[in-house]
Amino acid sequence: MADRPIAVEQHNPALKHHFVDMEQQREASSLGMWLFLATEIMFFGGMFCAYLIYRYWYFPDFAAASSSLDITLGTVNTAVLICSSLTVVMAVRSAQLGKRQQQVVYLALTLVLGLAFLGIKGIEWTSKFKEHHIPGPTFNFEASLPGHPDQPVDQHHAQLFFSLYFAMTGMHALHMIIGVGIFTYLLYHAWKGAYTPEYHTPLENSGLYWHFVDIVWIYLFPLLYLIDRKK
Amino acid sequence: MATAAITAERENYLNQEYGIKSWLLTVDHKRIALLYLLSITFFFFIGGFFALLIRLELLTPAGDLVQADTYNKLFTMHGQVMVFFFLIPSIPAVLGNFLVPLMIGARDLAFPRINLLSWYLYIIAGVLMLHCMLTGGVDTGWTFYTPFSTAFSNTKVIEAGLAIFISGFSSILTGLNFVVTIHRMRAPGMTWNRLPLFIWAHYATSIIQLLGTPVIAVTLVLVVLERALHLGIFDPTRGGDPLLFQHLFWFYSHPAVYIMILPSMGVVTEIVPCFSRKRIFGYKFVALSSISIAVFGFLVWAHHMFVAGISLYAALIFSALSYLVAVPSAIKVFNWTATMYKGSITFSTPMLYAFGFIGLFLMGGLTGLFLAALGIDVHVTDTYFVVAHFHYIMVGGAVMGYLGGMHFWWPKISGRMYPESLGRLAAVIVFLGFNLTFFPQFILGYLGMPRRYWQYPPEFQVLNVLSTAGSTILAVGYLLPMVYFLWSMRYGKVAPDNPWGASGLEWMTSSPPPTFNFDRPPVVDWEAYDYENIPAPQEARSGG
Amino acid sequence: MSEHIVPTKTNVAVWLTLLVLTGVTAGVAFIDLGPFNTVVALVIATVKALLVVLIFMHVKYTSEKLVKVVVISAIFFLALLLGLSLADYTTRLLM
Repeated sequence: MADRPIAVEQHNPALKHHFVDMEQQREASSLGMWLFLATEIMFFGGMFCAYLIYRYWYFPDFAAASSSLDITLGTVNTAVLICSSLTVVMAVRSAQLGKRQQQVVYLALTLVLGLAFLGIKGIEWTSKFKEHHIPGPTFNFEASLPGHPDQPVDQHHAQLFFSLYFAMTGMHALHMIIGVGIFTYLLYHAWKGAYTPEYHTPLENSGLYWHFVDIVWIYLFPLLYLIDRKK
Repeated sequence: MATAAITAERENYLNQEYGIKSWLLTVDHKRIALLYLLSITFFFFIGGFFALLIRLELLTPAGDLVQADTYNKLFTMHGQVMVFFFLIPSIPAVLGNFLVPLMIGARDLAFPRINLLSWYLYIIAGVLMLHCMLTGGVDTGWTFYTPFSTAFSNTKVIEAGLAIFISGFSSILTGLNFVVTIHRMRAPGMTWNRLPLFIWAHYATSIIQLLGTPVIAVTLVLVVLERALHLGIFDPTRGGDPLLFQHLFWFYSHPAVYIMILPSMGVVTEIVPCFSRKRIFGYKFVALSSISIAVFGFLVWAHHMFVAGISLYAALIFSALSYLVAVPSAIKVFNWTATMYKGSITFSTPMLYAFGFIGLFLMGGLTGLFLAALGIDVHVTDTYFVVAHFHYIMVGGAVMGYLGGMHFWWPKISGRMYPESLGRLAAVIVFLGFNLTFFPQFILGYLGMPRRYWQYPPEFQVLNVLSTAGSTILAVGYLLPMVYFLWSMRYGKVAPDNPWGASGLEWMTSSPPPTFNFDRPPVVDWEAYDYENIPAPQEARSGG
Repeated sequence: MSEHIVPTKTNVAVWLTLLVLTGVTAGVAFIDLGPFNTVVALVIATVKALLVVLIFMHVKYTSEKLVKVVVISAIFFLALLLGLSLADYTTRLLM
C-alpha cells in the first residue's frame, strides 16, 4: 500500500467522493458485502431451523423421502459448484495480476458452471414433477419406511420434506440466478478492462457472494440428499 | 415575522439545489432523512387513524361502530403500520440518517445510493401496504399467527406479508450502511470512546436490524408459500407446527422492539447531558449497555409464547433470560439520573420529552418484568396489561424520544427555531394524554379484559372511556408540533450553529449544514460531552 | 481486503480437497454408522465450508479482524436460533 503514489489513489476514477481514499472505499465495500452475507446466513438459517425441527420429528419419513432424490446428480452438482468457486478465485487472482484475458476466461467458465448447476437442478425438479413429488394436490409419495417394508411412509410428513426441499433449493437457485446475472455484468466489464490491480473490488465482493452460495449448497447437499442411505 | 432581512443565506443542503428531481434522486443523507420524515409522518397518521377508530369502538361495551371482522382488521393494520412503517424506521431513518455522518465527521454515509434505495424500498412497501389496506386489509393481528393466516383468513395476507418483506430490506440496508459508516468513516481522532452515545445506540440497533430482519423475511416467505401453495409447514392437521411460525416470527419481533427503543435511548443520552450541562455519567456503561441490549434481546423471544404450548423447561429458560435483559436498560436509567444529579437543569422542550421518556420507559420496562414472571404472565397475557406495557415503551418511550430528538435537532435540520413555549405545552399535553390513555389499560388488563376484543363486559366501560378521552388529548399533543414545525420553516427565528450549547460535531457546522457537512474535515482531540469547556447557549438571531 | 495474492497451487489444492471430501461424504452415506452418519456428514460439510471461507474468501489472509467477528457473530446468532428453538422441541414430551 505504501508504494502506491497518493496522487493515483486520490484520483482513481473509481473513487467515490465521500471517501477519503481508495483504501477506505475498498474496506467499506468489503465490510458491506460481509455484513450482507451475515444477513444471508440468518435468512437461510430460518429455513434450516424449520428443516431441523421436522427432521427431528419425522426422521424415518424424511429419510425415505430423501432417498428418492438422485444422489448422483446431487453429488455432481456439488462438484460443479466447487469448480465454479475455483474459477471465481482464479478470476480474482487474474485481476490482481493485471491479466485481462485470463479474467475473462475464468469469469466465462464460472458462468458456464453456474448455468450447468441450474440446468442439473432443472432436470432434478422435472423428475420430481414426473414422480408426483411436488407438494400440492398432485402429491403422492408411494414408499415404505426404510427397513420396514410393511409400514408406509406418512404422506403428510413426506410432503413436508418436499415442501422444505423445494423451498430451500428454490431459494438457493434464486440466489444462483442472481449470481449468474452479477457475473454476466462482471464478464462484460472485465472484457472492457475495468478491473485492474488497483481496482477490482466488484470482482472480489461478487466472489464472496458466489462462495457463500456455494457454502449454502455444501450444507444443503448432505442434509437433503444423505439423511439415511444405508438401506 | 417575514424572513426577508436575514443575512445572505449561506449555501446549505436545502438550498443547494431545487426541484423535485433533486430530491427524488438525491444521495445526500440529509435530504434522504427528510424524505423519510415525510413518509413516516404520513404512515403515523394512517396508523393513528386506525387507533382512533379502535378507541371509538371501545367507548361502548357493545360492538356497535364496526363489524367484528372489521375490528380485527383495524387492530391488525394499526399494529402493522405503526410497527413496520413508523416505529422501526422512525429514529434511525430520520435522525440517524441525518446525524450519523455529521456526528462522526464524515461527508456522507458509506453507501449513499444504497441509502436512497432503502427509501425507495420503504415507499414501494408502503404503497403495497396501502393498496392492501384499501382493497380489504388483513385481520390476522400484526403477528400473523398460523394456521389462521395461512389456512383460514379470507383477507389479503399475502400482499401484507410481501409489503413487510420489502420493508424489511429497507431496514437491513439502513443497518448495513450505519455499521460500515461507523467502522470505516470516522474522522481522525474520533475514537470509539469519543463517539456520541447516539452513535453507539444506532450501532447496536443496526446489529439487530442486520441479524434479526432476515429471519422474519424468510418466515414471511414461508407463510406466503404455504398460503399460495397449501404446503402444510405450519398446519397441525398435516404434521406441521404452528409454534414453529411463532418461534421464527418472535426471533425477529422481539429484538425488533429493541430496534424501536434503542435509538430513542440514544436521543435521550444526547439531550440529558446538554440540559444538565454535565457530561454523561458512566459513558462506558451506557455504550456497553446498548450492545448488551442488542445481544441479550435475541435470547428472550419465547416469552411471547409462554401459554402457546412450548415446553415448561423452555419457558423457564426464557423467563430467566428475560429478567437478564432488563439489567442493561436499568443501567441506562441510573446513568441518566446520575447525570442530572447536581447538574444545572433547563426544562427545555427536548428535556421535557427526555423526562417523560425516563418515567414512562421505567414503568413500561418494569411491567415487562411482571410479564416475564411465568405465573403472572399466565394471568395477564393476551389482556390489556400487555397492550399497556408495550405502549408505555413504544409510545411513552420511543415516540417521546423521537419527538424530543426532533425538537433538539430541528434547528440543525431546518435552520429555524420552533416556538419554545408551544413546544413545552405540546410535551406536557402528550405526557398527560399518554398517561390517561394507557394507564387505565393496565388496570383493565389486570381485571381481565382481553386484547383484540371488540366488545367487553359493561363493568369495564369507565376505564375504556378514560382511555379514549386520553387518546384524543394525545392526538392534539401530536398535531401541535406538526403545525409549529411547518410554521417555523417560514416564520421561525433563524437558528445559530449551536443554539443549545451542545457537544458534538453536528453543532460545529452551520444550521442547516452544507451539503458536504463540513467546510473542512474535522480532527477530533477532545472527549465526548465535555460540557465543562462548552460555552452557554447563544441566543438565536431574530429574523426580520 | 488484503492484497495478499494466493498462489495457484494453494487454490488448486483446496479445490481438490473439496472434491475429495464431497466424494467421501457421498460414499460414507452408504456405510452404516448409526447416528454418526449425520455427525460425519456435518463435520465434513463444516471442513469444506471452512476451507472456502478461509482460503477462497481470504479470511485467513485478511488483516481485518472485523471480518472474522462478523462471520463468527452470524454463526453465533444462527446457533442461538437453532439451539433455543430445539430447547423447546426436545423438551416438550418430557412433561
